[in-house]
Amino acid sequence: MKKWFKHHETYVLLVIILFSMIITLVNPNFFTLENLFDLLKSYSFIGIFAVGVTFVLISGGIDISFTAVATVAEYVMAVMIIKYGGNILIAFLVAAGVGILLGLINATLIHFFKIPTIITTIATLNIFYGILTVISGGKWIYALPDWFRSFADIRVFTLRNANGIAYGLSIITLIWIIAIVVAWAILRFTKLGRGIYAMGGSMTAAKRVGFNIFKLQMFVYSFMGLMAGLAGLVQALLVQTVAPNSIVGKELDVLAAVVLGGASLAGGTGTLFGTILGVTLIAIMSNGLTLMRVSSFWYNVFIGLVIILSVSFSAYQRRARTKRAIIIEGE
Amino acid sequence: MKKLKLSQSFILGIIMVAVFLLMWVLNPRQFLTFGNFQSMAFQLPELGLLSMAMMITMLTGGINLSIIATANMTGIVTAMILTSTIDPAAPPSGAFALVILAIAAGLATALLIGLINGVLIAGLNVSPILATLGMMTLINGLTIVITKGYVISGLPNAVRFIGNGTIAGVPFCTIIFALCALALAVVLNRTPLGFNIYMLGSNPTASYFSGVNNRAVLYKTYLLSSLYAGFAALIMISRFNSAKAGYGESYLLVTVLASVLGGTSASGGFGRVAGVVMALVILQIVSSGFNLLRVSSFMTIAIWGMIIIVVMVVNFISTTMQERRTA
Repeated sequence: MKKWFKHHETYVLLVIILFSMIITLVNPNFFTLENLFDLLKSYSFIGIFAVGVTFVLISGGIDISFTAVATVAEYVMAVMIIKYGGNILIAFLVAAGVGILLGLINATLIHFFKIPTIITTIATLNIFYGILTVISGGKWIYALPDWFRSFADIRVFTLRNANGIAYGLSIITLIWIIAIVVAWAILRFTKLGRGIYAMGGSMTAAKRVGFNIFKLQMFVYSFMGLMAGLAGLVQALLVQTVAPNSIVGKELDVLAAVVLGGASLAGGTGTLFGTILGVTLIAIMSNGLTLMRVSSFWYNVFIGLVIILSVSFSAYQRRARTKRAIIIEGE
Repeated sequence: MKKLKLSQSFILGIIMVAVFLLMWVLNPRQFLTFGNFQSMAFQLPELGLLSMAMMITMLTGGINLSIIATANMTGIVTAMILTSTIDPAAPPSGAFALVILAIAAGLATALLIGLINGVLIAGLNVSPILATLGMMTLINGLTIVITKGYVISGLPNAVRFIGNGTIAGVPFCTIIFALCALALAVVLNRTPLGFNIYMLGSNPTASYFSGVNNRAVLYKTYLLSSLYAGFAALIMISRFNSAKAGYGESYLLVTVLASVLGGTSASGGFGRVAGVVMALVILQIVSSGFNLLRVSSFMTIAIWGMIIIVVMVVNFISTTMQERRTA
């Protein structure tokens, strides 16, 4: 019991349970399977991003460019499937391929030229997004194929509510779940995963014990690219239109969700479970405020307060643990 | 060390001349005109002051993601006081005291935000990126709540002069910018605070053990950063002739680019005001030059991104070559 309270995740979970109880008291519609499945579907997009961002943060870096990567992947995918037809597998391969390619560009700049990750990815965000908007002319794409539309409606299993309306676990949520499971397996069971933690803890130490930093960096940023490509695909499935300007600008929201889950920007720590909790907290708050009929104007105020309280609390805990009240670190 | 700094401004100087010549050659008739230079001078201060607000915090190894939110909050507070007390059609002289009062209230709001950032970062030891990310979200939320998403417009003439007036052909906002840049350069290079900011940025442990009050330095850094965001806000509301939640949000990441392009180190300790000003001039020349050529503004941001990558790569190569030579 005492051991649990050492983990940031425990507190986030408690806050989630508390919020859920309050929201359910005000509006019982919140705690229904139907609402839950809806939430899981609409937050798959942010959730998939968050999986990639977790990897980057654990490795000791930061990525800002993933929204632009997702936009490019989504757009290229949409143009390809409209022009050449195909099926969902091809759509997936195109989006994933573009994402990985752009991720490798980031990794190359970061690894070979030692440009700080935040600078590299802010620059590439502007480059990717700028070039895409110029080439595409900013045009929206509406005419997605029918098979693409019908794939988005597939449910893994279907239930019916009291009024006979069907609902259930969407295939889109399944994509998110698969991404989480794969990512978890990599972090938990492979040498690659241990290497990512090691590199985030100390680059020099990781090098000394024999990890190949080049491979690790390439993997981390191409994995982030893959997740971004996947998120782009999911966004297209969710809204069935492709707009060049619909994703860019959300990068700090995703970062906030991951950070709420306890991943540290110093690297070396963070878990996927924490990230899932962070995304859940954001989802529940936004959904809950709507269900409690709070004006959406207040949404950012609450999110901001929760972030500030959360980061202050974990900083306070860290300080209590070290029992040193002096500031000797900028971090 | 001295040589390294020299080469940084040298590279920036070359790029500045290069983009200037390039834009001139591409568009000889329109680029080298008084009108174009004046419009560049009008556009630069806004991003310029915001970049300085960012740069100050980067010198200590931190970052301030809440500058745009702070600027919008300042603008909204100022504009709300002005529009509720002054009739925009009234002669500018009558309400001068009220304008000063409104501006002071706005800047006080900015300082309050800076103080909270300071409490979080210096007091509670929260990492700057997280503290200011939270503050950014919170302040953005508050600006939306206060304005209910509406635009506050109709500012008195005296305020409109800040962003649109000229003195002997020089835009008034450019003069403000120059004075702010000069003041910051003096603070950073000629005062104990400036010295301590650089010290803290390059090695917080060393600065702590040499008797520097790290906490006080961080408080002052984030107060100063907020104040500069507040100055930017005054130019912003004056140029738009209105205030609104969410103005200029795309500037946020660009200010980081401008600071780094100007030689500010992302890990702290290095960076000079002159470098940042040069970087801003480069970005402005590219943006205005492309605008005259009717190139999409999205191409401009892509080019900005490429310039920073090229500069970082050149920097890296020149440093490694220097190291190899000395070794």
